[in-house]
Amino acid sequence: MHRFWGLLFLAVPVVGTAVYFLAMSGVEPLRGLGLPKNYNEAGVEIDHLYNVIHVIMAVVFVLTGLILGGAIWRYGSNREGRASYFTHSNWMEASWSLAAGTVLLFLSLYQLDSWAENKLDRPVVTLAGREQPQPPLVKVVGKRFGWEFYHAGVDGQLDTSDDIYVENILHVPFGEPVVLQLQSRDVIHSFFVPGLRLKQDVVPGMEHFVWFKATSPVELEILCSELCGWGHYTMQGRMKLMSRSDYDRWLAEQSPWKEFAAASAEEAE
Amino acid sequence: MTAQGFQFEEEAGSHGHGHAAHASNPLVRFFGTWVFSRDHKVIGLQFLFSSLIWLVVGGLLALAIRWQLAWPWTEIPIIGRALFAAEGGQISPQFYSVLFTMHATVMIFFVVIPILTGAFGNYLIPLMIGARDMAFPTMNMLSYWLMWPAFGCMLLAMATPEKGPDFGWTAYPPLSVLFGDAQMLWALGLVFVGISSMLGSINYITTVLQLRAPGMTLFRMPMTVWGLFITAILQAFALPVLTAALVMLLLEKSLNTGFFIPTGLEATAIKPMDGTGGQPLLWQHLFWFYSHPAVYIMVMPAMGMVSDMLSCGARKPLFGYRPMVYSMMAISGLGFIVWGHHMFVSGMSYFLSISFMVSTMLIALPSGVKVFNWLGTIWGGKVRLDSPTLFGLGFISMFIIGGLSGLLMAATPVDMVITDTYFIVAHFHYILFGSSILGVFGAIYFWFPKMFGRQMNEFWGKVHFFLSFIFVNGTFFPMHFLGARGFLRRTADPYVVEGFRDLLPLNQFITWCAIGMAAAQLIFLINFLGSIFFGRRAEANPWHANSLEWTVPNCPPHGNFVAMPEVYRGPYEYSHPERDVDYWPQSEVPA
Repeated sequence: MHRFWGLLFLAVPVVGTAVYFLAMSGVEPLRGLGLPKNYNEAGVEIDHLYNVIHVIMAVVFVLTGLILGGAIWRYGSNREGRASYFTHSNWMEASWSLAAGTVLLFLSLYQLDSWAENKLDRPVVTLAGREQPQPPLVKVVGKRFGWEFYHAGVDGQLDTSDDIYVENILHVPFGEPVVLQLQSRDVIHSFFVPGLRLKQDVVPGMEHFVWFKATSPVELEILCSELCGWGHYTMQGRMKLMSRSDYDRWLAEQSPWKEFAAASAEEAE
Repeated sequence: MTAQGFQFEEEAGSHGHGHAAHASNPLVRFFGTWVFSRDHKVIGLQFLFSSLIWLVVGGLLALAIRWQLAWPWTEIPIIGRALFAAEGGQISPQFYSVLFTMHATVMIFFVVIPILTGAFGNYLIPLMIGARDMAFPTMNMLSYWLMWPAFGCMLLAMATPEKGPDFGWTAYPPLSVLFGDAQMLWALGLVFVGISSMLGSINYITTVLQLRAPGMTLFRMPMTVWGLFITAILQAFALPVLTAALVMLLLEKSLNTGFFIPTGLEATAIKPMDGTGGQPLLWQHLFWFYSHPAVYIMVMPAMGMVSDMLSCGARKPLFGYRPMVYSMMAISGLGFIVWGHHMFVSGMSYFLSISFMVSTMLIALPSGVKVFNWLGTIWGGKVRLDSPTLFGLGFISMFIIGGLSGLLMAATPVDMVITDTYFIVAHFHYILFGSSILGVFGAIYFWFPKMFGRQMNEFWGKVHFFLSFIFVNGTFFPMHFLGARGFLRRTADPYVVEGFRDLLPLNQFITWCAIGMAAAQLIFLINFLGSIFFGRRAEANPWHANSLEWTVPNCPPHGNFVAMPEVYRGPYEYSHPERDVDYWPQSEVPA
């Protein structure tokens, strides 16, 4: 019977790792269970980090799992004689602490650049001879249960009369850094674009900035990943990535929101 | 009646033994012994039974969640029509939020914490350190009876128009403040739980520090006691913060105090309420300052009990006893400075995130050390593969998975991708169910003979383990894949999102495994209840274990020890080369 239990415990790391890596590499029937395709330049580093940590996890998982299952297989109660008597080993404690500590230190340092790229180092532009943070292209406002997108109009500035308002569909150019300004009207939402590896909670009363450099003209899903009420699951939008020229053309075709709002107000009267 | 019960217990207590031998009225006797008891063992069993009942409730809530994710908007068989008559037998999106909020609340505050600290903490600490009872028996009784107002509040919350709290157990304002009334009862209930745990933890700390038997030095205490002791310290320091935060939430709702609600909310869309300059992130900091240590509160006692069960089961001294104790201390110390890793994308300072990332990486170290020491404990042993040992081994196996996946969350850029997804759900269920609950099952099998004087059925215990182990993995392992894809937590119908539609079959597989897991727990329930009455009678020390609780008769009388024990050695002297028998009780007088 101890062999049976040994095999059961051995199966955990073996099956677990096998299934995991098959899923990550997209083999049938586990296709499509890894990360979704990435369309953000900064996401490459995140995916790399994700894979590196998985390799470290797999090594520890398999090693400890083999020791655990092996010990049950080998030292299960059918064994003759008595258990050996040893209580501790300082050099073993020291060496595995040191080994684990080194790996953890490596991981801590290794991820810093990616974090800085995604959350700390907002792209800069030179305006009027001075370097300053790149201004946001779109103001994203979360509300129960949808997204409002205020695109900076031809003047390139937000909160001016030529802003273009679109509900639930965000238009942005790819191939250049884009900065978004996030706000919420009511409760906490979270702006999540899996295809860009981008997530940021949107807290009412605060302003957040996110940035990315998309790589191709695709349409991506925008989700709300923070519970915002009964309709939380319906709160989604789409992101249309377009080339700069297409984007400029699209922008020119739209009627500014303020004019549009004024016109519809007159009509109503 | 109540007062008489108290008084009677006092008399019995002063004799140090003797149950209800002198009480004439059988009703008084019953209430004094089993209801308003100040005997730590009875209080422990009270906690055990109420936690097990809530475990059933929490499990059913989980099944309802799984039903919705596998077969969204369809009628739940048998019970659906009765429960959701208004919605045509299906779960409404709003009630889905109630389901996961209550599942978490019940499992965390009514099951895992009370069963570990309340049930086993109460039952085992005095017995294991050689004390007649807790330091403050009346306070101990209160700590149990304060759970009942909490139970009442939660049930009342389910009777509000919105049918219960629907803002997630994390209760982030503004959502948790602006809508409905259930949060008042929910928060009030948790305040009661907080006071209960507070009284318990003060009691445990005092008992461990003051009432140890002669010779029972701190470093001769079993790991179970260490785990519970350190947990009590964690609770005593972290819990007041949550309680204060809950009171602030109550005031915010009732008096519009403006702690958490910012200025400038669109009042038209929601209930008119002027923001008064509050900050939603304040709640998150206060909440996680408690709720991260709570994770360790929910696993450390299990770590201790598993250490004891494994050492006994392997007939071998616990490997690295002192490093085990030190790593627990390190976990609890670091546990206070890692809460920010729940908030990497919350909008708090991204520089601050880096410091939380480093402390989170650091806390992986003592957790790893514990795993290595457990492996060292069974290596070279003569491992008796009975139910408690199997569950102990299962604990380690699952803890490895749950611990390792934590590395991804510690890495801030990766966390940005997987937070709020099913990856997180997979991770903490591996710790809370895979580790803590499996550890609790092992502990029930292990200490059942002491509690009830009978053995649980071994064969069905193994079947219970096998099925639980398979289905735990079947349920929670695939959730990692869901999370990697971005599949979100807390969404009533994830398939509204086009990109998640192909994940429906996997979710159905998970639900089938969850149903299997629930079925396996029926085996346990029948075995547990049946063995109380019909189990094989157990001897006082059926596992040939060393610690003090095995030296007293089963179902120990009030006062525990007839002659007070004296302790001569640590609790892990198994297979000592100078001994004929392979164990050496702590209180055995040296030749």
